[in-house]
Amino acid sequence: MVQANQKLTVAFNVNGGDVEIDVTPETALVDMLRDGLLLKGAKRSCDMQVCGACTVLVDGLPVSACTVPAFEVRGKSVTTIEGLAADDRMAGLTDAFIDNAAIQCGFCTPGMVLAAKSLLDRNPHPSEDEIKDYMRGNICRCTGYKKIVEAIQEAAQKAVQG
Amino acid sequence: MTQQKFNTVGQSVRRIDSYDKISGRAVYSVDVVVPGMAYAKLVPSPLPHALIKSIDASKARALPGVYAVLTAAELVNMETHYGSDKKDRPIVAMNKVRFQGEPVAAVAAVDLATAEAAAELVEVEYEALSAASDLTSALLPDAEPIHDSNYCHEYGYEWGDVDAAFAGCDRIFEDTFVFPMVYHYAMEPHTCVVSYEHDRIRTWTSAQHPFLVRAELARIFGMQLDQVQVVVPYVGGGYGSKSYTKIEPLVAALSREAGRPVRLAQSVEESMKTVRRHAARATIRTGVMNDGTFVARECLSYVDTGGYTDNGVRVTERISDRIVGPYIFDNVRVKSYGIYTNSTPAGSFRSIGGPQASWACESQTDIIAEALGIDPIQLRLKNLAKKGDEVRRGKRPLEGDLAPKLQMVLDKFGWDTYVREDPSPTVKRGIGFACNVTNSGASPTSTSLVRFHADGSSTVYIGTTEIGQGSRSVMAQIAAEELRIPLASIKVIGSDTDAVPYDRSTGSSRSTTLMGLAVHDAAVDVREQLLEIAAKHFETFADQIEAADGKATFKGESMTFGALVREMFGGSGGELMGRGYVTQNHASGRLTQDPVFWEVSIGAAEVEVDEDTGTVKLLRYVSASDPGKAINPKQVEGQDEGAAMQAIGHSMFEEMLFEDGQFLNPNLVDYRVPTFEDLPGEFETVLIEFGDGPGPYGSKGVGEGGIVCVAPAIANAIFNATGVRLRELPLTPERVWRAIEKSKQ
Repeated sequence: MVQANQKLTVAFNVNGGDVEIDVTPETALVDMLRDGLLLKGAKRSCDMQVCGACTVLVDGLPVSACTVPAFEVRGKSVTTIEGLAADDRMAGLTDAFIDNAAIQCGFCTPGMVLAAKSLLDRNPHPSEDEIKDYMRGNICRCTGYKKIVEAIQEAAQKAVQG
Repeated sequence: MTQQKFNTVGQSVRRIDSYDKISGRAVYSVDVVVPGMAYAKLVPSPLPHALIKSIDASKARALPGVYAVLTAAELVNMETHYGSDKKDRPIVAMNKVRFQGEPVAAVAAVDLATAEAAAELVEVEYEALSAASDLTSALLPDAEPIHDSNYCHEYGYEWGDVDAAFAGCDRIFEDTFVFPMVYHYAMEPHTCVVSYEHDRIRTWTSAQHPFLVRAELARIFGMQLDQVQVVVPYVGGGYGSKSYTKIEPLVAALSREAGRPVRLAQSVEESMKTVRRHAARATIRTGVMNDGTFVARECLSYVDTGGYTDNGVRVTERISDRIVGPYIFDNVRVKSYGIYTNSTPAGSFRSIGGPQASWACESQTDIIAEALGIDPIQLRLKNLAKKGDEVRRGKRPLEGDLAPKLQMVLDKFGWDTYVREDPSPTVKRGIGFACNVTNSGASPTSTSLVRFHADGSSTVYIGTTEIGQGSRSVMAQIAAEELRIPLASIKVIGSDTDAVPYDRSTGSSRSTTLMGLAVHDAAVDVREQLLEIAAKHFETFADQIEAADGKATFKGESMTFGALVREMFGGSGGELMGRGYVTQNHASGRLTQDPVFWEVSIGAAEVEVDEDTGTVKLLRYVSASDPGKAINPKQVEGQDEGAAMQAIGHSMFEEMLFEDGQFLNPNLVDYRVPTFEDLPGEFETVLIEFGDGPGPYGSKGVGEGGIVCVAPAIANAIFNATGVRLRELPLTPERVWRAIEKSKQ
């Protein structure tokens, strides 16, 4: 049983490297990443698992880091946007997001790209409806979504063409 | 316009901030860390309207780790109020609170948890007053006054002989339309770090208008402009919510009190209690002849500006400026009032007053068309303003004909060949159209500095904030074009008032037109200097030299621009500086009249309405964006698509709800914004490029137009599908279903 203000040590893997960090039971994953590890790509916004700006991958699956307690990632692998630089899927998504003007203010972009990567990892040929369904947990207030759908479609298509 | 050959202008080049943003490296205000900074938490008023009887912050101050508590008592040796048009907003509440969530105090502490704990310990005693959180209750004769009265601002204009004209009309239509309170939801909530030091103030903030924040802080704390630095990192969405001054004075005062830098990062709930769009109620009376000729129009609008004025003065004016529509009337009488209510203060939001005005005037256009038995497009074309018409008397005439622009949207939509196919007897389809022109509120005050380095690369300094609109890229494209160097040789520095020259603001779709001209002129200034140096070198005249691809060429001999700079300074270094000043008296002669340009908005919608449930599905939406010249076409489309999607929200489901002044849905679960699933089946933007704008290459502002016509186009489509006319937004299933049921009785 954990107690408030009790110090917990969380050992986990982030972006391929093992780390250990002290948190409290109420520390959210997003704060541990941003304030503790200075991985600022994940953003805080709605604080209630609606907007997706804080999306990171835990053991390859997207989660909203604003509502996941930090200690829950003990022994797991966390991937943030900073860890995707050398990822093949990421290279395709980067080109597609940029070429399709799917980025405006950029605040949603790291979470959006991680969600898109997770989608394509599971479903390399998503239909337009499947994209809209999978991505509905990531809000963008700038683009109107159309160019993001087009970017994901293009990334999927180019990956197939190899 | 002569056809000009461009290198980068007109191409959808990659945004120069793309990699920063997609890699997570881009720094926003929420990412700024200043050594030694304290963390702030606000103490919000739980009541919407009350007198403050006492504040006891002693327990909070005694908590270990607390550096300071700011209350009204600490607002000494400084100005206590701020605001863009009326300085009616106290930095923290003084004597009285006027909306739920108004900061009564603020705490700075060693960490956020301590600040939050201390905020809970601040004891405030209130005497509740009766609250009016909507227009109707605030306008009651016995309503408790929120300020000296509940009237914030009054505006109007008139031409022709309105009463006589109405008397001579065949038909008169009068309708009242209601527009809800809505929230911008910029995904980065308002965030600010201030370091107040004895002889200077340093500020990092998510503000759209850093130079206006600088002026406000200088005034409040009695400093000179050069003592106040405002840095705006990347901004996580603005849409008007970060215009003018918001939380900066509070954080500066708290930093002064705490004696160290202070960071306030608001939650979404706190930002929903910082600013919103004005709710509105507009009544339009229109007199017409049986052949469809518009003769007279009279409008009376009320806009709800909440507990403080914020941008209520301009919004009150703009709804009246925009409610006459893109039509020619010889007789007009327009009046509007800004009204205080006990709710979140209302400020700028993408096209101030525009969606509210167009919801009323373009819904009524279809009501008139139906009653007269005239096709709604033909009725519009018959009355539409033409190029050179003063669509508002005394203001700038329209730059271009609207009819061909409307036709481009109709063609893209397939309006003329539309065949209605209802999926079932109770699931019906229909189409709707709307258009308007809006007077941009852009003030022509922008400056730019272009430094040209000894290796042929260049740094461009702009005050425009990068809020997602792509200003950095567009300014780089303009500079590259005029300097005749590759885009990759340009770096853009933005939004640090200590480093970049003055720009009035980032809003009103103004940046490409006005800062674009400043950058254009500064780059031309550099190019002319390069040509002068080359002329000396080649012993000829400047106009004999060709400047292209980073080189000056004369009679087959070339010298790189970098070499010219080095030659001028006689060594290996040196640089040139070019300046661009944009004022009302700009050499182009095109900025003297108000508005600087008219922004065009056109939209066509197809909907499917389920009469059994009231559910409305937006099958198709075609919008128009009229940039004159699209410097980066995909960015222009992106602005338009984003604006239209925000309007789909306020048209279909968004509404901030208040009951007795209590804000019922201050979060993203209970206040829903559009998601991927709200994308229309077809969603297109038509780009109109007639080169008729006052900006560089014939460009003019876009970015607001897309939000203006969505609601009336959808409501007109619902009418076309079902025969039911809706006059109140949002068009929720319940509202639509009730209207359909009522129509059956």
